[in-house]
Amino acid sequence: MTTQIERKLNVAINGIEVGCNTDSRVLDAIQTAGFDVPTLCFDERIGPQGTCRICLVDVEVDGQTEQVAACTAFVADDMKVDTHSESIASYRKTILELLLSETASPANCPKCISFKKCELHSTAEEYGAKWDAFPSLVTREKAQDDNPFIQRDYDYCISCFRCTNICNDWEQASAIAVEGRGQENSIASYFNDNLLESPCTFCGQCINTCPTGALTDRKVVGKTKSENLERTKTVCPFCGVGCGIHLLSEDGELKGTEPDFDSANRGSLCVKGQFASWEFVKSEERLKFPLIKKNGNFQRASWDEALDLVTSRFTEIRDEFGPDSLVFWSSARSVTEANYLMQKFARIGIGTNNIDNCSRT
Amino acid sequence: MAVMVGKGAMTNSIEELAGADLLLVVGSNTTEAHPVISIRMKRAVRNGAKLIVIDPRKTELTKWATRHLQINIGTDIPLFNAFANVMIKEELYDREYVESRTEGFAELARHVETYTPEYAADICGIPAEEIITAAREYAAASGKAAICYTLGITEHSCGSHNVQSVANLGMLGGNFGKPNAGVNPLRGQNNVQGASDSGALPTDLPGYQKIERPGFREKFEKAWNAELPKRRGITKITAMDQMLRGGVRGVFIMGENTVISDPNTNHAQTALEAADFIVVQDIFLTDTAKLADIVLPAATFAESDGTFTNSERRVQRVRPAIDPIGESRTDVDIMLDLMKRFGIRQNLASASDVWDEMRMLSPLFEGITYKRLDAEGGIQWPCPTDDHPGTVYLHKDQMDSGMPGYFAPVDHIPPAEPTDAEYPLTLTTGRRRSTYHTGTQTGRASGFDLLVPSEFAEINPYDADQLELKDGQKVMVSSRRGSVEVPIKITDRSPHGTVFMSFAFPELTQTNRLTSDAYDFITETPEFKACAIRIDKITSASNAAD
Repeated sequence: MTTQIERKLNVAINGIEVGCNTDSRVLDAIQTAGFDVPTLCFDERIGPQGTCRICLVDVEVDGQTEQVAACTAFVADDMKVDTHSESIASYRKTILELLLSETASPANCPKCISFKKCELHSTAEEYGAKWDAFPSLVTREKAQDDNPFIQRDYDYCISCFRCTNICNDWEQASAIAVEGRGQENSIASYFNDNLLESPCTFCGQCINTCPTGALTDRKVVGKTKSENLERTKTVCPFCGVGCGIHLLSEDGELKGTEPDFDSANRGSLCVKGQFASWEFVKSEERLKFPLIKKNGNFQRASWDEALDLVTSRFTEIRDEFGPDSLVFWSSARSVTEANYLMQKFARIGIGTNNIDNCSRT
Repeated sequence: MAVMVGKGAMTNSIEELAGADLLLVVGSNTTEAHPVISIRMKRAVRNGAKLIVIDPRKTELTKWATRHLQINIGTDIPLFNAFANVMIKEELYDREYVESRTEGFAELARHVETYTPEYAADICGIPAEEIITAAREYAAASGKAAICYTLGITEHSCGSHNVQSVANLGMLGGNFGKPNAGVNPLRGQNNVQGASDSGALPTDLPGYQKIERPGFREKFEKAWNAELPKRRGITKITAMDQMLRGGVRGVFIMGENTVISDPNTNHAQTALEAADFIVVQDIFLTDTAKLADIVLPAATFAESDGTFTNSERRVQRVRPAIDPIGESRTDVDIMLDLMKRFGIRQNLASASDVWDEMRMLSPLFEGITYKRLDAEGGIQWPCPTDDHPGTVYLHKDQMDSGMPGYFAPVDHIPPAEPTDAEYPLTLTTGRRRSTYHTGTQTGRASGFDLLVPSEFAEINPYDADQLELKDGQKVMVSSRRGSVEVPIKITDRSPHGTVFMSFAFPELTQTNRLTSDAYDFITETPEFKACAIRIDKITSASNAAD
């Protein structure tokens, strides 16, 4: 068996040397070295696009210098990279100002207001880029789409195509595509119809990858203030895939969901996880206090009354008919710890192995 | 599958599916039931993998399939036996693997001799050549072929035999214990794995330690400082029969809408009504809770601390975002309180304490701590020690059981309730993407009524034509156990003779009034995937009778 020797390339990022594979991109090398450059069109799940040009860096190979997009350019041996030179910073600022000229005012950005500062506007702030440095080019038509899930406001679209790429290459739903060319391009749905009439599955991936306020969760936008929003990392309550999510809350009230990009699902969710995982918690129909049935009708009871009655009735039944006359069914929807306690209770509190869960249905 | 190789769980990980050379997906409408897993499958296809989908129905996934074997309902065993027949006859199986890792090959070889592709083709309703080609494709991807299955395999009266015939293939192909391969049951509910892991099973203590096997009971008796019952308990299905006969008097149901989700709604309801005393702990006043004597208001996942374990054995932390609403309390709090009232002395105050007690008694997850989960994210069991990284795929160097993998020769068993002149159609039930289970949660999310507003029965154009039915027409669907009214949707997604329904809209359409209470004789999983029905037009006379 021959051993394949992987050739390592030496690349210096801002003076820090890192070893790279021959198929590494400059952006990989920068991140390996512990530096960061801004990106707008980049989503690691779909690979480099090179459309926004904001990740431009200075590179020097064999004494030749040039500026390349870090996300698309491959590394070369003895390449030297400068990520934050003065000229690069000025380039980035200009690029940002050109992008901003294609969008409506940052003051009204739906993502910045309701969720968190969007990638475009936080990068613009970092580089001191001004929205009105160039004449405004906002001429896009509003998408007429009253679906209840995805708000499309293309006044904030910078044509980075993350949404169409994630929809086509990652989700493979092919519900949206780029229409038109150059300045005339726009994001179109199937026959430019409402997304409800398209192959869209409302997985919400376009919302979550969008670096601006162009695509947002319609259930949340306008109903929260980003500065008050809290995020709790947890797990989607529906199927066995167990996608990581963040629950959004404000003043102790649930407001929405975002995917967790750091968990095994790598940000993927389906329509249930994205749009159905929190409203039921706030439903008016939630049970809010214990109920005891008297003469066929439920009556409100205190916890002590309810649990005392459970204790006395279970004890009576066990004493009269034996422990195996009681059965316990725990829940595949509840946490493992509650299931553990229920089986322990059945086994040592009552004295029966009649404990089962709903794994069969 | 536990019987054959040691563990009834996904052998491999979800992300690995994207790197398989071949995916064999059977009885799984993955794009609807596990959308995020289907993304990995589609990616595999884009990367050039073959995708063989075995399903009586056309689904979105069958559009991605490189081969769709549209077999008759409940004919999985003859199909897989014929796969085995081809692989053995043409010597395409992984001989080295079979010799070193398995037992019972000779018996299997003898057993499947009669299951020629031609013989199976007759039963399965597909051409023999399709079976031969598919078997060759599976064999050619040896060591990098992943099988995925869900309830289309298990929800049959021969469900456990179905699983065994699938596992036979996995071993013949040498696909256990390798990356991007294996045999993978995709679990339905968020924490069905965790519930079983925790010992909420009539036969198993936490971590699948058998109550009837010497040593385990004693270990827990010592740890819990109490005597444990020696005999195994009864399953839910047996318990319901016992309620009708007076053997079971009281039941405690935590977070489950038994009446709607279980087969033959009438039977489940009658059984529960026969019990003397019912406690239901839930978040809504479900149809099951309405039958209770005491209803305890539970907190939801968004208000709870603890862990869920997903389909790929990954333990992940659940964290409360808000306080429990009203006077509701978490399941853990309620159980701790109740246990105190029963005089159980334990030093447990939080979900974290409970987890620690459980892991210290279960080598399977002993190395998984909340601290690690918070720092590392999810960890996949087995994870026996603090420095163990967790297990991406099972059976790496040997079968997890520590023994050889046993081939299980199994025979075709047709669905328990065949069609006849009176009930000429087969009803199969399943999921739709935008609804979850009995709909108590997705039914309360705004906008979802636009995606699938209500239940409908999917019927093949040929059958609709025979019955002179129009698309959208409301009909009466009846089985030997009950009837429901439902509009029909004419579509070739349903094959000739088969009708599909979900059970997500119980207010209007209680689909499980129709389903059979036949169940698998080993696992007692109900046969949701096949029962005999008839469809009648609703005439003005039958309306008047209502």
